[in-house]
Amino acid sequence: MAAAAGALRRLVRCGPQQGLGRRLQLRSGIHGSAPAAVQVTVRDALNQALDEELERDERVFLLGEEVAQYDGAYKISRGLWKKYGDKRIIDTPISEMGFTGIAVGAAMAGLRPICEFMTFNFSMQAIDQVINSAGKTLYMSAGMVPVPVVFRGPNGASAGVGAQHSQCFAAWYGHCPGLKVVSPWSSEDAKGLLKASVRDDNPVVMLENELMYGVPFEMSEEVQSKDFLVPIGKAKIERQGTHVTLVSHSRSVGHCLEAAAVLVKEGVECEVINLRTIRPMDVESIEASVVKTNHLITVEGGWPQFGVGAEICARIMEGPAFNYLDAPAVRLTGADVPMPYAKILEENCLPQVKDIIFAVKKVLNI
Amino acid sequence: MRKMLLAALSRVLQGPAAAAAARPVSRVVVASRNYADFASEATFDIKKCDLHRLEEGPPVTAVLTREEGLHYYRTMQTIRRMELKSDQLYKQKIIRGFCHLYDGQEACCVGLEAAINPTDHLITAYRAHGYAYTRGTAVREILAELTGRKGGCAKGKGGSMHMYAHNFYGGNGIVGAQVPLGAGIALACKYFGKDEICLTLYGDGAANQGQIFETYNMAALWKLPCIFICENNRYGMGTSVERAAASTDYYKRGDYIPGIRVDGMDILCVREATKFAAEHCRSGKGPMLMELQTYRYHGHSMSDPGISYRTREEIQEVRSKSDPITLLKDRMVNNSLSSVEELKEIDVEVRKEIEEAAQFATTDPEPPLEELGNHIYKNEPPFEVRGPSQWIKYKSVG
Repeated sequence: MAAAAGALRRLVRCGPQQGLGRRLQLRSGIHGSAPAAVQVTVRDALNQALDEELERDERVFLLGEEVAQYDGAYKISRGLWKKYGDKRIIDTPISEMGFTGIAVGAAMAGLRPICEFMTFNFSMQAIDQVINSAGKTLYMSAGMVPVPVVFRGPNGASAGVGAQHSQCFAAWYGHCPGLKVVSPWSSEDAKGLLKASVRDDNPVVMLENELMYGVPFEMSEEVQSKDFLVPIGKAKIERQGTHVTLVSHSRSVGHCLEAAAVLVKEGVECEVINLRTIRPMDVESIEASVVKTNHLITVEGGWPQFGVGAEICARIMEGPAFNYLDAPAVRLTGADVPMPYAKILEENCLPQVKDIIFAVKKVLNI
Repeated sequence: MRKMLLAALSRVLQGPAAAAAARPVSRVVVASRNYADFASEATFDIKKCDLHRLEEGPPVTAVLTREEGLHYYRTMQTIRRMELKSDQLYKQKIIRGFCHLYDGQEACCVGLEAAINPTDHLITAYRAHGYAYTRGTAVREILAELTGRKGGCAKGKGGSMHMYAHNFYGGNGIVGAQVPLGAGIALACKYFGKDEICLTLYGDGAANQGQIFETYNMAALWKLPCIFICENNRYGMGTSVERAAASTDYYKRGDYIPGIRVDGMDILCVREATKFAAEHCRSGKGPMLMELQTYRYHGHSMSDPGISYRTREEIQEVRSKSDPITLLKDRMVNNSLSSVEELKEIDVEVRKEIEEAAQFATTDPEPPLEELGNHIYKNEPPFEVRGPSQWIKYKSVG
C-alpha cells in the first residue's frame, strides 16, 4: 500500500518527466495491464541506461562535473547519486585533463568508468587522454592492457551557445583507430548504445545532443527491457525508400525524416539511414541502400572539411556502390564557419529541412 | 678484525692481480669464499630526508640482509648492463627511434620495488626499461621489444616507451599524462578495497605539467592511495631544473600533500622512504609525494650526447662519488655482506645473461605483417582494418 502510494506521489510530482512517471506507473502495476510501448525522452532513456548498468555491474561508476549532487548539468544522471552514493557517482573539480586521465587509469586497473564531459567542447582539454592513453594503449601493449571506458556528453550545436560551445567532434574522434564512436538520435538509440558502450571492453566516445535530451520517442516493450542493447557498428534504416539515400547521425536524422515526409507528397521516397555508430562505420548498409536508390546525400551538423560525409563519399567511391550512382554523392554539413550567436545566423549554419529537400531535388534533377 | 683484514688484502691484490689473470692459489688463500665469513645482515646510517608537512620521516638507519644486498646488486647491475647494451645496439642502428636510458638511476627502480608488493601498481613515463624489468619482464623481452621483434614484451608493437607488465602500466610517451592515469589506478585500488597502492612516477621536467596539479588536487581530495614520485635527475631533456622551475623543491610542489626528499642514489634510502610513504597511503591518509634526487649518465635519449647542457666533469663526479651500484658494493664488502669476488661473479653472470638476451633480440624475427592489424579492439569478432590503400586489408583480432 505504501509502495503504491509512493508511486502515485512520484507520478504526481514527476510533471514534465512523463516517461519516468509512466514507467513507474507501469512497473508498480497500478493499472494492472501488461507493459506496452511508452513515450520516453532521450534524457530519461540515458538515465535508465545509467541506472541499469550501475546496478548490473559493481565496477561501473560515473564521474564528471556536477554529475552527483547537481543531478547532472543536463539532468542526465538525476537521482543516481541518491541511489548509489559517493563511491559510484563522483563529482569532479573542473579538471578535464586530470579527471579524464583518472577515468582512463581506473579502466586500465579493472574498473568500468563512465566519464562525462559537460560538453564535448571541453573534451579538447583532455583529448590527449582520450586518444593517446585510452585509444592507443591496447594496441601499444599488444593486447595486454584493455581500456573499458565510456566518454559521454552532449556534442555539436545547441541553441545560442556561441562558437566555443557548439563544435561537433564526430570527425575528430572518428578519425582515430582504437576508439569506438557512437552517436544516438532517438531514445532507443540513446539507451541501447549507452548500455552497449558500458558493456564494451573498449574505449567508447558517445556523442549525445543537448537539443535531443528533451525529445520524447516511443520505446517498445523490447527496448524497455534491461537487456536491450543497440549493437555498436550497425546502422539502422529509419525509413525505407527507393529514390534517394539520406545518411545521417544524431539530430540530423530527425531533419531527414521531416524532409522525407514532405517529399513523399511529391512522390519521392527517401530511404533514411541512421548511422548510430560513427566508428566502426557501417558502410555496407549505406552501400546496399545506394545500390537500391542510386542517389546519396549525407547530412551532418559538423563542418564539411574532413567530416563524416566526406568519409562516406570516399568510401562509396571505393566500393561496389559507386557504379550504381546516377549522380555524384552530395554532402550537407554545418556551414564552414565558427558558430555565430544570432538566431538567424545560427539557424543558417546548420542543414535545415529545406536544405535537405533542395538537395534531394538537385540530385534527382527534379 | 680478521674479516676486515682479509677484505682489505683481497682488495689490494685484486687490482694488479686481476690484469695478470690472477694467481689462483694466492687468491684462494687470501680471499676465501667461505660463506661462514659473511655477515647475515648489517645496519647502515642513511641520509635523513627533507620533510614537507610531516612531523616525522622515514628512519635514518636501515638493515640490509646479505640476501637482500645480493639481490639488489644483481638487479641493479642487470639494469645497468641492459641499458649499456641498448646503447650499443642503438649505435649499431639495431634499435630505432626513441631510446631513453636509465643508467645511473638504478637505485630508484630497485629501491621502490623492494618496498612494495607485486600486487601494488606502478606507472611511469618513457625512461621505463628499468621498471619493465623490476616489474617482472625478462631482459630478453625488453631488448627484443627495443629491437622490434615478435619476441618483444609488446610483440614489437610498442617499442621503448610502451612496455607493460602485470600491474605495470608502462611506459608512457606523453610527458605528464601518466600522472592522472596513476591516480586513476589508485582510485581503483581504493574502490576494490584490496589494500593496494599505486606508485605514480614522473620527472623533474614533467613536474611543471598542469595535469599533475589537477591530479594532486583530486588525489588529496579523495584520499587516493597514490605515491607521487618525482625522479629528479636535474635535467628535463636539456633544461636544467633551475631554468625550468620557479621552485625546484619538487617534494613541496604538492602543496597540501606531505612530501619527502630522498637521496635517490642510495637504494636503502629509497627503500625506507618508499616503505614510509606506502604505509601512509595504505592507512588511508591519502597521497604522498616523494622526490628522488638521482642522476642519469646518458643524455636525455640516444640522440642527445648529454654534454651540451652539463659538463663531463659533473657526470664524472657523480659516477665516482655517487654511483648507486658502487655505493651498494662498498657497503656490502666493507661490512662483510659479500666479497669483491662474489660480486664479480655476479657481474660475470649478468654479462652473460645480457649477451644471451641481446643475441635473442638481434636474431628473433620481426613480427609478421599479419600482426599489423591486431589489437585494435578487445573481445571483438575479427574484422578488417584498412591498409595504405583500399586494396590492402589486414585482419584484426583482439
